[in-house]
Amino acid sequence: MTFARPAAPRAGWVSLIPAMEFARGSLAVSDVELRKLFRDPVELFSRAVQPVLWLVVFGQVFSHVRGIVTGDQSYLDYMSPGILAQSILFSAIFYGIAVIWERDLGIIHKLLVSPASRGALVFGKAVAAGFRGIVQTVIIYLIAAALHISIRWEPPAMIGVLCGVIIGSAIFSSFSLIIACLVKTRERFMGIGQVLTMPLFFASNAIYPLELMPGWLRFIARVNPLTYLVDALRGLMIQGGQHIHRLSVDFGVMALIFLLLVSIAAKLYPSLVQ
Amino acid sequence: MASMPDGPATADHRYAIETEQLTRRFGACVAVDRVDLAVPYGEIFGLLGPNGAGKTTIIKMLTTLLEPSSGRARVAGFDVAAAPAEVRRRIGYVPQLLSADGALTGVENLTLSARLYGIGRSERRARIKDALRFMGLTESADKLVKAYSGGMIRRLELAQAMLHRPTVLFLDEPTIGLDPVARRTVWERLLDLKRAYGMTVLLTTHDMEEADHLCGELAILHQGRVAAAGTLAAMKALVGPEATLEEVFAHFSGGVIQEGGSYRDVRQTRSTARRLG
Repeated sequence: MTFARPAAPRAGWVSLIPAMEFARGSLAVSDVELRKLFRDPVELFSRAVQPVLWLVVFGQVFSHVRGIVTGDQSYLDYMSPGILAQSILFSAIFYGIAVIWERDLGIIHKLLVSPASRGALVFGKAVAAGFRGIVQTVIIYLIAAALHISIRWEPPAMIGVLCGVIIGSAIFSSFSLIIACLVKTRERFMGIGQVLTMPLFFASNAIYPLELMPGWLRFIARVNPLTYLVDALRGLMIQGGQHIHRLSVDFGVMALIFLLLVSIAAKLYPSLVQ
Repeated sequence: MASMPDGPATADHRYAIETEQLTRRFGACVAVDRVDLAVPYGEIFGLLGPNGAGKTTIIKMLTTLLEPSSGRARVAGFDVAAAPAEVRRRIGYVPQLLSADGALTGVENLTLSARLYGIGRSERRARIKDALRFMGLTESADKLVKAYSGGMIRRLELAQAMLHRPTVLFLDEPTIGLDPVARRTVWERLLDLKRAYGMTVLLTTHDMEEADHLCGELAILHQGRVAAAGTLAAMKALVGPEATLEEVFAHFSGGVIQEGGSYRDVRQTRSTARRLG
């Protein structure tokens, strides 16, 4: 007995340039992520509580202490880019929880059996996560304005800040995705997430300059992506903000770290469903 | 089984799915043990077995989610390990877990699938409309999926899986946790899919009635091995003229289908059932 083979699948999958396929997959994923975000933005606003405390309580008190030498700048001016970077870090680092949740729901299974490349899926998710940082940026700018922090209001500087925020969020959410792929359960992830955030925050120039650190800590701070984010934001966000590196160096380092993390995440992503 | 050629399927190739000594180990545990399967094109094929028999692991290997430890598998003419991308373009998959995104509408879920499969904008709309009508979901297209009933979610998932007209459709426990009416509706849609598109379907189930109703051929799995395979009629004939599928299963596997399954299998099954219920 012979079986008729059905006609070749009309998949509509035209093999164009791989880059276009990549972009198409990424766009499809980031589009749904952003739709979900705008449908339920409560989480974003709740995440803004912590930076408010840091700026209003910690920042106000420490600017009176004058314990940290920040040159001509007030301490509040100095720390506000650090707090923006910190709030980006703290919300992005728990992104992996959502990924584990999606795995438990079977959503990731469906993404992974599609022909879209794993890299495109991970990149699309990271970019969407990057946009989450924008709401936090708006909130921190509002608080900063209320506290009379010397914000640079010129549009090019603000666009620069947004670019930094997006790439910073994308870096830490990809990092979080990698952790999720390694630990695989929500319970373990919560533990590890807590353990990671504080060292990343304190081993950076977010709330004190690198020069105050002992040598070993300064070394860690120099390989910590948060330091480059804070450095870029400090130059772009604050009038007369002192930054160590040129912006091209800060953004170049962040772009490299991001690509490295996305390629690792793309390799590990399928292990979530095995 | 005949040895499998390396290149893409030739026109006279009979099987949509072929496995040869397919094996998957997790540490010391052998979840799938030297399984040989041959599923003809256009057939609805059932993998039958209790929880923990290796059904889901076989599906994961055939859908390229999991690499075989040894042995080979070809789907729609392509080797799952050597050409996973080619396989992915030709298959649809509905996992046991509810994979539709509750925070999105029906249309948004379908649009995501269409875009991931590279269906162009112009064709996308027509296909989505078509799929919604086929699955009887046109009215609910713009509602959030979290407001859908369990049966509607399953039908939406079938709609997602058929958008790109796959050659082979994989369904892992498609009606688990559904009420009898919803279950019947899913069955009817599956038979329609087979009739309308000549799709080959491989489904896993531990529901005898489902296997009886849908599957032309089946394989009974027991502890990772194929205990018996063939057409339902042939299997029944071997056991006795009046044999029910339950008796056939007990005869070949030496047990009842409801037993077995690790803690993890049972937890997963229950959580899917709970979300559907």
